[in-house]
Amino acid sequence: MSAQQKTDRRLWWLLGAAAALSVLWLMATIGLIGATLEADDRATVWSLVGDRLVLILLTWSAGMAAIAWGLKRWFDHWVTPSVQLAEEAQVVLRTDVVRALPLKGNVETRELARLFNQLVEQREALRREMDERVTEVARGIEQERGRLAALMSELTQSVVVCNLDGRILLYNNRARLQFKALSQAPGVAGGAEIIGLGRSIYSVFDRKLVAHALENIQQRILRGASQPSAQFVTATASGQFLRVQMAPVRAPSGTPQETTEALTGFVLMLDNITRDFEAEAARDRVLHTLTERSRAALANMQAALDMLDYPDLEPAMRERFLGVIRDETRTLGQRIGELEGDATQTIQTRWPLEEMLGADFVAAALRRIEAVTGVSASASSVDPSLWLNVESFSLLQALVYLAGRLGDEFGVRVLHLRLAPDPSTKGKAHLDLVWSGQAMSTETVMSWEMDAMTVGGESTRLSVRDVIDRHNGAFWFERERQRHEAFFRFLLPVATSVEQAQQAVAAVLQVSSRPEYYDFDLFKSTELTRSLDDRRLVDLVYTVFDTETTGLNPSQGDEIIQIGAARIVNNKLLRQECFEQLVDPQRPIPPEGIPIHGIQPEMVVGQPTIDQVLPAFHAFAQDTVLVAHNAAFDMRFLQLKEKRTGLSFDHPVLDTLLLSAVVHPHQDSHRLEAIAERFNITIIGRHTALGDAIVTAEVLLRLIPLLAEKGIHTLGQAREAAEKTYYARLKY
Amino acid sequence: MSHKILIVDDEPNILVSLEFLMKREGYQVVTARDGQEAIEAIGREQPDLVLLDVMMPVKTGFDVCHEVRANDAYKGVIIVMLTAKGRDTDVAKGLALGANAYMTKPFSTRELVQKIHELLGDAA
Repeated sequence: MSAQQKTDRRLWWLLGAAAALSVLWLMATIGLIGATLEADDRATVWSLVGDRLVLILLTWSAGMAAIAWGLKRWFDHWVTPSVQLAEEAQVVLRTDVVRALPLKGNVETRELARLFNQLVEQREALRREMDERVTEVARGIEQERGRLAALMSELTQSVVVCNLDGRILLYNNRARLQFKALSQAPGVAGGAEIIGLGRSIYSVFDRKLVAHALENIQQRILRGASQPSAQFVTATASGQFLRVQMAPVRAPSGTPQETTEALTGFVLMLDNITRDFEAEAARDRVLHTLTERSRAALANMQAALDMLDYPDLEPAMRERFLGVIRDETRTLGQRIGELEGDATQTIQTRWPLEEMLGADFVAAALRRIEAVTGVSASASSVDPSLWLNVESFSLLQALVYLAGRLGDEFGVRVLHLRLAPDPSTKGKAHLDLVWSGQAMSTETVMSWEMDAMTVGGESTRLSVRDVIDRHNGAFWFERERQRHEAFFRFLLPVATSVEQAQQAVAAVLQVSSRPEYYDFDLFKSTELTRSLDDRRLVDLVYTVFDTETTGLNPSQGDEIIQIGAARIVNNKLLRQECFEQLVDPQRPIPPEGIPIHGIQPEMVVGQPTIDQVLPAFHAFAQDTVLVAHNAAFDMRFLQLKEKRTGLSFDHPVLDTLLLSAVVHPHQDSHRLEAIAERFNITIIGRHTALGDAIVTAEVLLRLIPLLAEKGIHTLGQAREAAEKTYYARLKY
Repeated sequence: MSHKILIVDDEPNILVSLEFLMKREGYQVVTARDGQEAIEAIGREQPDLVLLDVMMPVKTGFDVCHEVRANDAYKGVIIVMLTAKGRDTDVAKGLALGANAYMTKPFSTRELVQKIHELLGDAA
């Protein structure tokens, strides 16, 4: 209180001014009186007053005291309370302190304080209300998130959500299992090298395939389709068939009427149809042979029966025709018996054909042909109203493949595409790939039809025949001699007008058909195309790894016996996406190292060799920054294998040892244990490769903010700083 | 002089009936058991008409048809496809490759005979 009661400085100023004024006034009075008096009188008065000056001083002092007291009272009543009120109001305004201001001083100030208090109350009420709203919404989001997570994990279909760059933002357990089955090194990385947050889906699917599906979706959105999804079937590198359904994730836009919504990502629903596909192929074969053979058998019997109708038939011939009928009846009976016994037939899955405007397809084909093969392609007579029912990706591949071979082997430089309804076959259209000149032999056509297609240097597992079979269509070569033209003709199914009907419905549904739970921030972090060096350390994806080795000299035959790695995505250590693998070094493990890494010789027996493990690790580390403690050591082991495995580990590399030296230049030790102790990181499983990798990852996560304090924000800056320390350390 | 007909099928059970039928209609008959034999027989025998099955070993009926049509020397040969491949796309392919007629198995022999008379231009 006493500190607050400090007298206002203005009071002193006023007092001083009053004193000066009164002294001036006194002087002026004395001077005036003195001026009116004669010199003698003045001396007399001076002698009279001079002795009593003390009295004048006393009365003056008493007057000043009275003035001071009055001023002080006046201040206390009128000024100080408003000053105090202002100070206290400042506190309430600047901080979150909630308290009623004391009502003090004059009536007006008290009224002001009362008003202030009401305002504070009002503010608090608003704030409380806001907080409630926020927690309510947050709870709602949390619930939604929980519900979605539960739903995703319960789904029997695997779901992967990606942003537009193909980075995985969300996946469910089912997807994880499925990718495990897809992994080419299932024993090694268990699929973790394929699926993981922030990983690229393009390591599983052809980038072009996904781009093609996205393009289809975009076209559908532009056309106003109500459910613009796309499907494709693809064979993965490990020979499995996946059926993929793609749905777009759209940016939530402000106004619901807005129709041009930007895509921010896509959801993939995957079905492994390898088994279905095999079953279907088998069933197809059975059906096919059944119908064709039966027709043939029936024809044979019919013909024989017709012959038996001739009355003048010789007995020998009659017996022969009867023999034909008996024979065919028996084989037909047998065949049906075999079919009944074969109970493995299940409901077949068809290749997903999708409706596509023929003109759109032709335009896409022309673009692809020109881009991939360099052969100039144009459209001649394309029916603009024709809708095809096609599996567009493989059909495009077939066209590009044929165009490529025509260019390479027959020197064809100009091609045309033609599309028209087939006049003789209802429900079919023919798509012709036309060139002039050069005919070709049946053998050539046959081999082009049956060979596995190669498109743009990449070979596929499909032949043109497979593509045609998918469409239940036909394919042949024809010539038009008069016009000196030759063409390949595809007979393809025409779509019934489903999509046109859909569009009409879409116009009605548009407003309400917005997807519901896309308020995650997942889609904010799209990959930037900036070079890695300019990216911020906190935004990067890291593979933090460690190796255990037989010794310290890779150039003298020491080998890796264990690799462990963990991932950091979005500044978080992903413990569930780890890599840990023992390696058979194909040489003895020196006993002196065993107490350090704890790997006994019998533990590596039957483990994969480094040639098998490195490809999986390379895939695991794809598109990330490699981090290790004393990275130079581990990198040397990896790089010495480059020639043998053909894999180059040219990732950007960060070394936690050097970064620690950047942050704490005056510390003696930058051993991993020492740093971990400094950062108070609990060490578990030290000296297993994965254990050390996890500790190193924790260290990196703590180093990143410390580096930021030193002004080191980007990967480029970190590497530069590390390099400087490296040279600085070399000098010692 | 009667017309010469080449019957190509890999199934003896149909060959016997067709051969009997055609002979009975007064034609000279030659048979072949696969596509390659058919091509050779066409060159050797110069038939007026070929009854051609599609599903055959060595060379299919489609291949035979295509080769015959590619050779100007056989311009006049009439080709009738007789086949168990009954899908409309197969019919379209056969006709596109130059077959004069396409009959799906099973067929009535009466219709076949009628068709052959029609194609050979000899009203029986």
